[in-house]
Amino acid sequence: MIEVENLTKRFGSKLAVDHLSFTVEKGEVLGFLGPNGAGKSTTMRMVTGFLPPTSGSIRICGTSVIDDPKAAKRHIGYLPESAPLYNDMTVTGFLNFGAEIRGLSGAAKKEAVDKAIETCFLESVARQSIDTLSKGYRHRTCLAQSLLHDPEVLILDEPTDGLDPNQKHEVRQLIRRLGETKVVLFSTHILEEVEAACTRAVIVDRGKIVVDGTPEELKAKSGTGSLTDLFRQVTTRDTEPEAPEEDAA
Amino acid sequence: MKDVWTIYKRELSSYFSQPIAYAIIIIFLLLSMVFAFTLGNFIEAGDASLTYSFFLYLPFVLMVLVPAVGMRLWSEELRTGTVELIGTYPISLWSVILGKFKAAATVWFIAITLTFPIWITVNWLGEPDNLAILSGYIGAYLLACTFLSITLLVSAFTRDQVICLIVSSAICIGLVFATFDPFVRQYSKTFSPEVKDAITALGVWDHFLSLARGAFRLQDLIWFASIIVASLLGTSAILSAKRS
Repeated sequence: MIEVENLTKRFGSKLAVDHLSFTVEKGEVLGFLGPNGAGKSTTMRMVTGFLPPTSGSIRICGTSVIDDPKAAKRHIGYLPESAPLYNDMTVTGFLNFGAEIRGLSGAAKKEAVDKAIETCFLESVARQSIDTLSKGYRHRTCLAQSLLHDPEVLILDEPTDGLDPNQKHEVRQLIRRLGETKVVLFSTHILEEVEAACTRAVIVDRGKIVVDGTPEELKAKSGTGSLTDLFRQVTTRDTEPEAPEEDAA
Repeated sequence: MKDVWTIYKRELSSYFSQPIAYAIIIIFLLLSMVFAFTLGNFIEAGDASLTYSFFLYLPFVLMVLVPAVGMRLWSEELRTGTVELIGTYPISLWSVILGKFKAAATVWFIAITLTFPIWITVNWLGEPDNLAILSGYIGAYLLACTFLSITLLVSAFTRDQVICLIVSSAICIGLVFATFDPFVRQYSKTFSPEVKDAITALGVWDHFLSLARGAFRLQDLIWFASIIVASLLGTSAILSAKRS
């Protein structure tokens, strides 16, 4: 499970994440909603151990990401926002590399790579060079990379971004299915995804959680039954003048 | 160690799956031979050694070609965002730095080894001191590794490969020319001998040429090793600082 407590991140004078706390249990799929720049990606980068937090604690399956990053990272599969890949490699070559770096070798490695290719529907491009792939395939290759070591915790930053409606549907189904046995945290700004894939959702605005609940609770809260209305009520638009920042110290 | 090997394999195969390694190796061989047979007077000098015909010109070739091999090492990761994958894998930053450095060093090992026809030629034409030639080759390889470690450090600063190439070449060129004899003669007129000696001890020639002449001195090995270690440590510090 993921336990995040009072997580704070400051970039210079800008407070990107402001005393955020949440937990995700096994079998839960938590949707992370919020406008662009709300701190979703920054939070995920801290949870995966990529960015060090300014303060606060993060525990993955009981292991602190800050004190023992190597052990904590073993439990995590991560799909970064831009789905970065090594363009000079083939899909299989890249997945083999990913499996080796996760400590797999021999038959276990082959099995892991084959399974990831199957789960993400990559058979037709397996031997292809990554720089020739379309955006949908690139995204799924990066998703496959995050599943190689069968992690207990999956962190997906905008997993459906840039996919066509068919692919979006496939990925949502996949997230749902994976969520039955794993801890899944994923971010999106497509509100319909909340109902399609999440068991619980939070809305983040300016580094703080403003709403937390099941999709049904969120709908009830909106008053009109529409998630879009709720989203617009609780988040700040970037066209509005910025409210004076509270000092967190 | 296994992580270093995994990174090393990936980096090396990426060099040889693209034209970059081939192009640089071929240009290096051409330039080093052109220098040896023209400026170096390899044939006319009638000297059965490689010190002043071949090794003397290598720093000029290496100072621009080595950064071209190293420039992509971190810049490319920063530009494409794969640094985020690397940073979330359960491996230490050190194994990544070492794996990358060793892969690029292997490219240079291959390039320098491929100049062996000149070694065969000199043995065929005369009777050179082969131990001195081996020492010269070790010097050339250490110099390539030194320039490479500087490039690796610069590439950790920028996501732009061109900037990395220009800045790291400038540093290597500076190291080469600051102690190149005609320049030393110029500034030895203004500076006191102690200052002059201090500058020459910092530059390339003093250390590289002693190896090229066949002399193994501890201070030369320390010079090469300290620049390499300091640059690799610097790379690690820069990358850690960039994340926070």
